[in-house]
Amino acid sequence: MSDLITVDLVELDLPGQDRKAATAALANRLAKEGRVTDVEGFLADVRAREEQLPTGIEGGIGIPHARSAHVTTPSLAFGRCADGVDFGASDGPADLVFLIAAPDGEGAEHMTILASLARRLVHDSFKNALRTAPTPDAVVTLIEKEVLGR
Amino acid sequence: MKLVAVTSCPTGIAHTYMAAEALEQAAEAAGHEIAVETQGAAGATALTAEQIAAADAVVFAADVDVRDKERFEGKPTVTGSVKRAINDAAGLITEAVDASKNASKHAAPASPPPARAQNVALGFGSRLRQWLMTGVSYMIPFVAAGGILIALSFVIGGAEIAVMVDGGTFQGTEYPGVASLSDLFSEAGIAGVMYKIGSLAFEMLVPILAGFIAFGMADRMGIAPGVVGGLIAVEIEAGFLGGLVAGLLAGAVTMALKQIKVPRGVSGIMPVVVIPLLSVFVVGFIMIVVAGGPIASVQSALTGWLGGLAGVNAVLLGALLGAMMGFDLGGPVNKVAYLFGTAALASSNLTVMAAVMAAGMVPPLGLALATVIRRKLFSQQERQAGEAAWLLGLSFITEGAIPFAAADPLRVIPSTVVGGAAAGATSMAVGSTLMAPHGGIWVIGLIGNPLGYLLAIVVGSAVTCGVVVAAKHVGRSPAEPSPQAEASTRQAVAA
Repeated sequence: MSDLITVDLVELDLPGQDRKAATAALANRLAKEGRVTDVEGFLADVRAREEQLPTGIEGGIGIPHARSAHVTTPSLAFGRCADGVDFGASDGPADLVFLIAAPDGEGAEHMTILASLARRLVHDSFKNALRTAPTPDAVVTLIEKEVLGR
Repeated sequence: MKLVAVTSCPTGIAHTYMAAEALEQAAEAAGHEIAVETQGAAGATALTAEQIAAADAVVFAADVDVRDKERFEGKPTVTGSVKRAINDAAGLITEAVDASKNASKHAAPASPPPARAQNVALGFGSRLRQWLMTGVSYMIPFVAAGGILIALSFVIGGAEIAVMVDGGTFQGTEYPGVASLSDLFSEAGIAGVMYKIGSLAFEMLVPILAGFIAFGMADRMGIAPGVVGGLIAVEIEAGFLGGLVAGLLAGAVTMALKQIKVPRGVSGIMPVVVIPLLSVFVVGFIMIVVAGGPIASVQSALTGWLGGLAGVNAVLLGALLGAMMGFDLGGPVNKVAYLFGTAALASSNLTVMAAVMAAGMVPPLGLALATVIRRKLFSQQERQAGEAAWLLGLSFITEGAIPFAAADPLRVIPSTVVGGAAAGATSMAVGSTLMAPHGGIWVIGLIGNPLGYLLAIVVGSAVTCGVVVAAKHVGRSPAEPSPQAEASTRQAVAA
């Protein structure tokens, strides 16, 4: 199985302000890597989830996500945004954006990886390390260490 | 203090787990033990009965319905959104601790944990009930919409509207039926259109029931085999009981297929191709090949047997036909009795048809009556179904009773059988006659001795009501949540 995240899926300088633009920028990275087959279709699925309930979490986190038929490999695209992007959290915009893409279908083991990623997201130490990671490489190493334990 | 929690969110890949982690951290920080069941896409590791029994309080952090919630019945419970759990886990934990203290202050009689074997058996019983209720809850809108449309079409267009649309004979007039839907409005008017829409909605009752029973058991993967199995149940005239079988079968087959471990490379196509293909085929094969034949032969045996009863006492025949009408509410046995009635009508024996229709009106009426006089015995959904059932019963749409019978067949079917028999026997005893094959109260002008006929319906409905109320008190152990309690916890979570 290919990795959850690679350096090509990290964007340390995400365009600010607009939720749609930020999500689309990350989705395009997924598409370029062949992890998403249809960017528009995938974004529609993400939007549908976002409309149910905004995915912003207090502490500067946005986690747009979807299980979608347009996803081939469970993937994480990570973006950092100095200006902040509003994901509907009560305490303001998010500076860490995690776009989680999961293939449609059930019972697959790879869902556990996404689950352990989600669990890490509530830890301040993890969030702070991501804020200060100097390079995409450092981000990937950090996530692999924390989420996959390697 | 010992706590348990369930987390659950719409997509099941992010918030479910974040909430679980946050609750675990907060509980640990406050010096409590907690076990969290994450009902997400990675599959839930269920809390054990021991963990739940030992817990002092329960936390639900859920934006969608918590599955199998009745396991936590009687525990002090706090409820919040998953976001609340992520942002303010410590607050939720504190509330749970307080709830537990309050509960013990009021000295709730701590029921001793039941013996393990019994516990497991109970668990299956209430899970079964929950699966059936899932199917019923998705079916009820079809019953209400279709049934009321058909009833209104009778009111507007007269009872002959059914044969005008479908073809057949009504009061000696031969109708060819409407061949093409595009001519329906011009030939049969608005009543004909309403009748057709209602009939089509009714054809979906059993497929939807079966599909969503399977959905309750095996999630989305269960819908395809369930719906297809339900369509076949309609095709082989197995009625709603056939639909229950198809739904449970489809759920079980899909659950089994999901258990199969396959190599990674193949696992991607399992949910997309393999499981749908195999489950639909297996369920369809069993329904057609294994179930279809016996049902057809039972029907023809019953028809032959009824035909041989020509000389039997009329009241007895009425009771028998009435019982058959109430047995499966539009299923194979009901059909045999109904066709016997229409055959008698064709040979100008008008009392048999009258008995059959009276008995067919009783099940929805009797159950609607029961939901009014003993509200607490029925879930909120059943009470809503009861409101529509009045009109359906008056219109001789026996299917109005299906939501009740499908949710709790062992208690409801006896009541509709006995009530139907009482109505059929009374109708025969008072010598009522009927010159139409359907129409319910709307063909009262074609009924001979209408007062006696109304008496038959009232007697039958009262009997059904009495039996179902008594039956609902039987065999429901205290551990099984009453529908009332279930409904109120559901509302609490939604709030």
